[in-house]
Amino acid sequence: MTTMPSNADAREQILRLLGDIAPEADLTALNPDVSFRDQLDLDSMDFLNFVVSLHQAFHIEIPESDYPKYMTLNSCLAQVTASRP
Amino acid sequence: MAEFVMPTLGADMTEGTLVQWKKREGDRVTKGEIIAEVDTEKAAIDVECHVSGIVERLLTKPGDKVPVGTVMAVIREEGQPAAVPSQTPQAAPQAMPPHPASPSAGKTTPSPSSGGRLRISPAAKKLAAERGIDPAGLQGTGPEGALTLEDIARAATGTVGAATPAPSAERQARMRQTIAAAMARSKREIPHYYLSTTIDMSRALAWLAAENGRRPMTERLLSSILFIKAVALALRHVPELNALWQEGGAVRSERVHIGTAISLRQGGLVAPALHDADRASLGDLMQRFQDLVKRARAGSLRSSELSDPTITVTSLGEQGVETVFGVIYPPQVALVGFGKVVERPWVAEGQVMPRPLVTVSLSADHRVSDGHRGGLFLAEIDRLLQEPHSL
Repeated sequence: MTTMPSNADAREQILRLLGDIAPEADLTALNPDVSFRDQLDLDSMDFLNFVVSLHQAFHIEIPESDYPKYMTLNSCLAQVTASRP
Repeated sequence: MAEFVMPTLGADMTEGTLVQWKKREGDRVTKGEIIAEVDTEKAAIDVECHVSGIVERLLTKPGDKVPVGTVMAVIREEGQPAAVPSQTPQAAPQAMPPHPASPSAGKTTPSPSSGGRLRISPAAKKLAAERGIDPAGLQGTGPEGALTLEDIARAATGTVGAATPAPSAERQARMRQTIAAAMARSKREIPHYYLSTTIDMSRALAWLAAENGRRPMTERLLSSILFIKAVALALRHVPELNALWQEGGAVRSERVHIGTAISLRQGGLVAPALHDADRASLGDLMQRFQDLVKRARAGSLRSSELSDPTITVTSLGEQGVETVFGVIYPPQVALVGFGKVVERPWVAEGQVMPRPLVTVSLSADHRVSDGHRGGLFLAEIDRLLQEPHSL
């Protein structure tokens, strides 16, 4: 039986995925309501890689039209938690 | 007997430091296989061997800094007898001592990555502890420079030996100098002309959205891949832009190797090649581009990727820039720049309507081509982007 990760776990996991893409970034200073792309200087390739890593880590299917919903830490968390069965 | 020399991996590379040999004396090496890792001003590069054979002698030691053209190894080509002493080439020029600024392996030093935590796999960490090796001074070969089990094993045996690459601040300063030298040479020697045109991207983006809807998440395409492919195909119509300036004249390239400008996260840029981009599918190009970006940032590009580009494409739209006025990377004779795709009023069929537009610019060498041909080239890119299914 698997237990669902808590919000704190999901948050930590999202931050870890971001850290893989922007290893030099100070993620403790991340504003959770401002776009990652603006704060971490992510380009479209970085962002694509981030969304794909979310797909793999959380087993969620993300249509391209939904990518804007994954732009900030808080919106990302909302999406990830909402996708749980 | 073939000589493996310090290659030139960029317009203004004059010397390189051997980080490590990937082969030992007596090993078999095949053409295109990585034989050495070389540290340049820009990055640590995996250098491919140009012949197949047996590594007869390694003349350069890890840590040695040698000028471009220096014989670093002797390779006995297939079918050749072993060397007799009189046949061995002259020894390499006196190499400089290893980098004084480099922290030596095994000593306790902070991680070379910029203040981040050391990237090391758990298995590698365990092995390092068992063998009494401090991983902080080692160069990782995994993703983002992560230390792998192999890296630790190599350091533990010490037989091949690895020099520590320069710390990032120093590398950045040297990269700035290299870019400065190449760009100063470009502006000094190349009479640039500049053209630009605005392209309606509505068809291309609609096609891309539908195409990505069909593709699994991991295989989706970015619009920059459409740009790269359109440039590669348009070069068939204006092939004089796909050339290198060599010894006072332009030499056209039969193959289209698109140098793709990739900005490095800690400053500077590299423009490694997507080989034969005109013949590759969009999916294949996308995968190779992703791999190239990853390796450019982790500092593990291959020598052919840096020395082969026949034209450069730069997309500066990420920063919100609409138009690029590019500087050609010598010895290439053209550079194509794409800006940000922006929604603007556009007139089509007598109606003003909002459309996604992109400005594409061409910087070209006037010694090699004229504005008329450059204009045809941009028009061809536009035509191709109106028929995205054919890319």
